Amino acid sequence: MRRVFSKFTNILVAFVLVIVVWQLVIFIGDYPEALLPPPLAVGEAIVSLIRDGTFFVHLQVSMFRFASGYLSAVIAAVVLGLILGRLPLVWKVVDPIVQVLRPVAPVAWAPFIVLWFGIGNMPAIVTIFIAAFFPVLLSTVSAVKKIDRTYLKVAQNLELNQPALMYKIILPAAFPYIANGLHIAVGTGWIFLVAGEMIGAQSGLGYLIIDSRNALDLDFVLAGIIFIGVLGLILDKLIGFFEKWVGKQWGAQG
Amino acid sequence: MAAGTKPFLQLDRVDKSFENDGKLEKVLQDITFEMEKGEVVSILGKSGCGKSTLLNLIGGFDKPSSGDVYFDGSIVTSPSRRAIMLFQDYGLFPWRTVKKNVELGLEPDKSLTPEARKKRALDYIKMVGLEESQNRFPSQLSGGMKQRVAIARALAIKPELILMDEPFAALDTFNRYYLQDELLKLQDQEKTNIVLVTHDIDEAVYLSDRVIIMDSNPGRIKKVVKINLSKPRDRSHGDFHYYRKVIFDSFRFAKNENQPEYNI
Repeated sequence: MRRVFSKFTNILVAFVLVIVVWQLVIFIGDYPEALLPPPLAVGEAIVSLIRDGTFFVHLQVSMFRFASGYLSAVIAAVVLGLILGRLPLVWKVVDPIVQVLRPVAPVAWAPFIVLWFGIGNMPAIVTIFIAAFFPVLLSTVSAVKKIDRTYLKVAQNLELNQPALMYKIILPAAFPYIANGLHIAVGTGWIFLVAGEMIGAQSGLGYLIIDSRNALDLDFVLAGIIFIGVLGLILDKLIGFFEKWVGKQWGAQG
Repeated sequence: MAAGTKPFLQLDRVDKSFENDGKLEKVLQDITFEMEKGEVVSILGKSGCGKSTLLNLIGGFDKPSSGDVYFDGSIVTSPSRRAIMLFQDYGLFPWRTVKKNVELGLEPDKSLTPEARKKRALDYIKMVGLEESQNRFPSQLSGGMKQRVAIARALAIKPELILMDEPFAALDTFNRYYLQDELLKLQDQEKTNIVLVTHDIDEAVYLSDRVIIMDSNPGRIKKVVKINLSKPRDRSHGDFHYYRKVIFDSFRFAKNENQPEYNI
């Protein structure tokens, strides 16, 4: 109880500190509202977005895109990673390709994404997919390669064949490391949500920011930024809970 | 030779070499022995004499460089459920409970219904005295308990041969004695053949019908000692010490051969 309380006070102190510094910068620098909106204006923007329901409309759209992009990336990357991790010779060929594609920011693909997938939900989903795919793929492959040899020998001895070998032994044995990739991918996927929604979207939290910028409503831009930041934090905590839950089902390792 | 006349387990002039830094290193040389049904055989030697390699060859985890391993009349090419290996670090899956670990061994057996599988797993968990821990994970068990789970999993499969790689090396003396007794009891019930790799002379004399003493560099059979004592054996009995001494001396001789100047 005390720990929860101290965690809460820490957050409160941090929050107050940011607002105080923010307000001080405006007082001392004497910046016009058009350049840096004061906390109060941003607060009002947040309240009005929540009150008229705009926030929830955008939130729903963004969460749908994030969930589709992220989950499809996770499924594709884990399945592919489990297979490639078991085929070291194939991985040696695929690895250089992945290493070349991985450092390219997903938005760089924007022209192709729009050409191939059109506008609407798809560009954002594809962007998040690309962003989340590589961390999960790489962590899965290295997790499978790192599996304790004894597990594989026991499985061989028990004559456990595919596909049982894959989902009864290899997936659970690799999961603690895969979870690492899942965690990183939530972060990168969420970061690229905004970028994805800048491409041909007419809704979503990213669009909210772009639209407000075009209208020069910087207080709404900052409100959008705060929404995205806080939601990113919540998503990160949720995936942490998911990891713990799976860990508990599988004997709380690590 | 016709298949019917073959012994239960036979190693025929088995050699094994590994490549190490481009050089071929001979680990096992000219290993030939036979094993009858119902026997417990220990392979005893210093670390690095290739005894674990030998066990891997018998289990089919590795192939001999030359020579053949015959199991029940046919050449061993891959691991099988008929010969289950017990690993030194127990080989339990940490994400499965005791019950699920034992059941896993039975899952590839399509002749068992899920109910029959559960029942048989539970029977063997009871047999090793872990009924109350059946829903615990391996991380919640002591080393001795983990080894008992591994033994239950192996026995539940009803293999014809169990291969043990220093199974009790990581346990304290009391746990080791206790588990050795348990193993003998279970072996007597199930009549399973056992090949046991160990560096513990006491363990070898206590458990086996025959002790194969290995020499190192390259690993080869130095001597085979038949233990003519009825089981269960008394560790403090004179006959026990006689065999202990026979084996002990065979290791000491190796030392004397190299250092003749110490003759008294």
